[in-house]
Amino acid sequence: MKLTVWTYEGPPHVGAMRVATGMEGLHYVLHAPQGDTYADLLFTMIERRGKRPPVTYTTFQARDLGADTATLFRDACLAAYERFKPEALIVGASCTAELIQDDPGGLAERLGLPVPVIALELPSYSRKELFGTDETFYQLARRLATPCARTPEVSCNILGPTGLGFRHRDDVVEVTKLLDAMGIAVNVVAPMGARPSDLTRLGAAHFNVLLYPEHGEAAARWLEREHGQPYTRTIPIGTRATRAFVAEVAEMAGVAPRLDTGDLRQPWWSASVDSTYLTGKRVFVFGDATHAMAAAKVARDEMGFEVCGLGCYNREFARPVRALARDMGVEATITDDYLEVERAIAAAAPEMILGTQMERHIGKRLGIPCAVISAPVHVQDFPARHSPQMGVEGANVLFDTWVHPLVMGLEEHLLTMFREDFEFSDAAGPSHHGGHAPGGEAGGPAPQTPRDISAGKKEENALDIVWHALAEKELRKIPFFVRGKARRNTESFAAERGVAEITVETLYEAKAHYAR
Amino acid sequence: MNDATPFGCQSAPVLRERGQHEVFCGLTGIVWLHRKMQDAFFLVVGSRTCAHLLQSAAGVMIFAEPRFGTAILEEGDLAGLKDANDELDREVARLLTRRPDIRQLFLVGSCPSEVIKLDLARAAERLTQVHAPHVRVLNYSGSGIETTFTQGEDACLAAMVPGLPSTDAANLLLVGALPDVVEDQARTLLAGLGIDHVQVLPGRRADQDPAVGPNTRYALLQPFLGDTAAALDGRGATRIAAPFPFGEEGTTAWLRAVAEAFGIDEATFARVTDAPRARARRAVAAAAETLAGKRITFLPDSQLELPLARFLSRECGMEPVEIGTPYLHAGLMGPELALLPQGARLSEGQDVDRQLDRVRADRPDLTVCGMGLANPLESEGLTTKWAIELVFTPVHFYEQAGDLAALFARPLRRKRILTDPAPLLLAENTPGVRGLAPASARE
Repeated sequence: MKLTVWTYEGPPHVGAMRVATGMEGLHYVLHAPQGDTYADLLFTMIERRGKRPPVTYTTFQARDLGADTATLFRDACLAAYERFKPEALIVGASCTAELIQDDPGGLAERLGLPVPVIALELPSYSRKELFGTDETFYQLARRLATPCARTPEVSCNILGPTGLGFRHRDDVVEVTKLLDAMGIAVNVVAPMGARPSDLTRLGAAHFNVLLYPEHGEAAARWLEREHGQPYTRTIPIGTRATRAFVAEVAEMAGVAPRLDTGDLRQPWWSASVDSTYLTGKRVFVFGDATHAMAAAKVARDEMGFEVCGLGCYNREFARPVRALARDMGVEATITDDYLEVERAIAAAAPEMILGTQMERHIGKRLGIPCAVISAPVHVQDFPARHSPQMGVEGANVLFDTWVHPLVMGLEEHLLTMFREDFEFSDAAGPSHHGGHAPGGEAGGPAPQTPRDISAGKKEENALDIVWHALAEKELRKIPFFVRGKARRNTESFAAERGVAEITVETLYEAKAHYAR
Repeated sequence: MNDATPFGCQSAPVLRERGQHEVFCGLTGIVWLHRKMQDAFFLVVGSRTCAHLLQSAAGVMIFAEPRFGTAILEEGDLAGLKDANDELDREVARLLTRRPDIRQLFLVGSCPSEVIKLDLARAAERLTQVHAPHVRVLNYSGSGIETTFTQGEDACLAAMVPGLPSTDAANLLLVGALPDVVEDQARTLLAGLGIDHVQVLPGRRADQDPAVGPNTRYALLQPFLGDTAAALDGRGATRIAAPFPFGEEGTTAWLRAVAEAFGIDEATFARVTDAPRARARRAVAAAAETLAGKRITFLPDSQLELPLARFLSRECGMEPVEIGTPYLHAGLMGPELALLPQGARLSEGQDVDRQLDRVRADRPDLTVCGMGLANPLESEGLTTKWAIELVFTPVHFYEQAGDLAALFARPLRRKRILTDPAPLLLAENTPGVRGLAPASARE
């Protein structure tokens, strides 16, 4: 048993729902108790879909348990087929139905429906949502993809985008543009937008573009093995990765690498003098492995940040994340426990967090600005505007999104110059994004949380360090957005040397010590 | 509703359906119960699905370090039951060390824990002994196989009743978790009537638990409290039957039933209620302009559907088409059924696809439904009001009557505002103009 408040991932059947909802003409019959329909609202509210997810729940109740839940399942299957007439059916059990062992696959098989019925084995008590998407898509591809001749022109499939995917909608548009510029046609995009009948044509493509390893790697591997289709390893997030992706694709397709950079503004924006202040900003990166690794590379190589922490919540991809973290000289944080992430962030004391919705709130609590780079995300990260992460426009979007929460160069300069002015005083806060000291806001009831469940024990080595009045006054002169770090650095500097009183001298000695 | 509308649905037929239910399970009750009970922690014993549900239902609230969590069952816990109890004891001990401010701990059963028959009742007894006298550990089930949405509150309160202190006093007990502002208004009104021995279940803190005994009378503030009512009856308390305090009429009828039970004279009643009644009527009138004559359908969700349909038909002039409820407690709903207009279709339970077929055939002006259905129905051109808001927003008693009506008027007003009366004609010969046409015209 493990006590949890936040979960980065839902149960694996939610992953299967993401595949089914992303597709057309596929229906999912889920053996599940009343209440599991809550997952529908992830799609209708967060992703703002105007259609119900194509999922039928058997809704068994306590009084059914002694009797015949298997009949209930069969009836639901038949009714769903009659009503929705899908091209294929996937069937499976949610966590509770897994315990009553009705075998949805076998039951559905025996109904003799005239369409393919694909049984999903999704172990709810050991695996999670991302396993669910990957496994479901793999089973669909395995069952439906038939041997077929390659298309006469060079073509590829785009694998991995699903329902409820972070920016999947716009990434597909951007990647299609990249391929189009090289004269490569897209055979099938799957799961998102594909019908089961489209999956039968997967084998006609010359190779596969794997956009999200979390959702499509098993299928890509199987297609490589069974249909001889190589798949791309580069994730085109950021300018450098986009160039590398174009090179990789060109080689795979046997065409010349071409990239239309007419709209690529990120490199110049990053090179322009106002971005100089970004140099060495310490960022902590956390998310799903694919987005976290891509973001860390962009942060270091294209934005000039210093990556002071890197991690992911999906253990399946821990190895490459660890390797990259080592390469960047930091220790990887591989965990699905947000309290551990919070501790790692607090210890790294970054100036910015690139993370998920959870890290956004951790940032709010700690007063650190944050930009969202990965699922899980909330409704505001399913924007109406075109907002990819991948390709040329994706690079532009990343620059704006990450820099926005920071205080930009000119603004920072002005704040320092005029910090005694009332508009720039501490109370005014650094900007409208994050970074505000919590509390004291008017309006809205304050949360009645008497104690912080995540509060660690009192710092062991919190010696009784005393600040001299003059040192304290000097500290107040440091801009408020770095003052916290200065205080912390000075105190640990003092503690390391057994100094109990901090003078102005100590303050500046510490500053020199930590200078970079 | 005009003057000729006949009222009274006590003998109306009820369509009883089963099939796919598009509803929340009782665990969702935790999201508002924990706000009300300030020293309680709700520990769900369940799966990752349960944790994910609470996260999705609680929305942004989950980031405010709320007083609830899920002990997620893992593969190892399913292997042997003894193990699971040890694990639970360990997690509870860890939790209580971290949160010494907790006085009541609810072990909340879920579908997985019920199916593997984890005996949480015994676990609660055992843990109460371990952590007494500082913490009291209780147990109830919020599983989907047993409870629908607000029934989770019923199960929670019913679990508290046996442990309430005894009394011989002739006290009045108000039952149901209402927002503090509403609870205060109710107390003020009752105090004005001269009824001052009033207690509320649940109390805001463990030491404010009400006492109950043979002379206790209780009035329900919410319609979904059947089991709690039965438990209170079991302790000798007497229920004051009344419609539920929605709208001016409902609040007045509720107060009048209480006043009669305590022998309050009519002059006092009028003196206390006349002014707020007039205020409530004025506030409702503003929204009723939008609502009058509109047809409304309720899909099952919270058991609030019948009283709300009664309020909207009698005080706002709406016409109920179908009133769906997850569960119809004939005993508690008697006074409501007597006031409902005849002709509305009553349904209990759900087969969601068939019910949606009826909605599409009826084409009501407003459909009250859950968030899994609201946007899909909107995109079919139907106007919706999502139901869960009615459980979180202060809607009971006089001062909220106008707000309650406005909740239903707002989607209709919005639809009117957003409907462009005169769309611009697009020039046929302008390059790129196709991008501006609405989706329907493009296809």
